[in-house]
Amino acid sequence: MSDITPAKILDLKGLPCPMPVVKMSQEIGSVNVGEVIEVHTTDPGSLSDFPAWAETSGNEVVDTEQGGEFIKIFVKRNN
Amino acid sequence: MNAEPTRKPEESAPAPKPAGVVLENKLSMVVFSGDLDKLLAAMIIATGAAAMGMKVVMFFTFWGTAALRDPKKKVGGKDFMSKMFGWMLPKGRNALKLSQMHMAGMGTAMLKGLMKKKNAPTLDQLFEIAAQLGVEIKVCEMSMDLMGFKHEEIIDYPNLDYVGVATFLANSGKSANQLFI
Repeated sequence: MSDITPAKILDLKGLPCPMPVVKMSQEIGSVNVGEVIEVHTTDPGSLSDFPAWAETSGNEVVDTEQGGEFIKIFVKRNN
Repeated sequence: MNAEPTRKPEESAPAPKPAGVVLENKLSMVVFSGDLDKLLAAMIIATGAAAMGMKVVMFFTFWGTAALRDPKKKVGGKDFMSKMFGWMLPKGRNALKLSQMHMAGMGTAMLKGLMKKKNAPTLDQLFEIAAQLGVEIKVCEMSMDLMGFKHEEIIDYPNLDYVGVATFLANSGKSANQLFI
C-alpha cells in the first residue's frame, strides 16, 4: 500500500497510447505544486511513458503499483 | 603486450555543436506521406510530444497535404489538371488508405474497426487534441500549388499557415527532435 495521499484520482482505464500522457498533461495543472495525482491505467506502456513524461515535463513519478486489475501511478506536480 | 588503449578518450567525445546554435525542446516533423498508418503515427508522436511540454511543428508536404483537405468544402475554378488531382487524391484524413494491406479497402476498414474496438483515438480526435495542445501545422505552399489544392478547401485548424522550405529549415535547425514521416 502506498502511504501517499493523492489530491486527485485520474481514471484513464481503457485508454491506449498516446491518451494517458495527453490526459496527464491536461490534468497536472488542476492540482497545486507538491500535490500528487493518482493515475489508474490499463496501458502497460504507461509504466515507461509516465517516468519519461515526468522527466521531460519536470514532474515526478513518486510511486507505481502493479498487480491489481489496473496499474496505479502516483505523479507529483513539481512545477 | 602493448597496453595502450585502442581508442583515445578524445576520439569518443561528441563533436562540438556549431557556435550560436541552441537546440530547443522542440519537435519538427515533415509529414510527406498521405497514408493512414503514417499519418496516425505522425499524429500520435505529435500529440505525445506536445503533452510532454515540447513545442511541436508539423510540416505537411506532397501527399501529406491531401490529408488536410476538408471534404465538406467545395471549391470551383480549377483547371483540368487540378481537377484530376482533386479527384484522384484522398479528400481529407478520413479518406486515407493504409500504406500496406489496404486490400481494396478491406484492410483499411479492418484496421479502423480494430482501432474502435481498442478505443484508440481516431484521426479526428488526434487533430482535435493537437489543436488543444497547440501543435502548429505548416503547409507547403508549393505542394498545394502542384496538386492544385486551394487554401479554401483546407481544414479549419487554429494554428495553420502556408509556408516554404526556409520556414521548415529555420524551425528544424533549432529543434532537438526532427522526424520525416
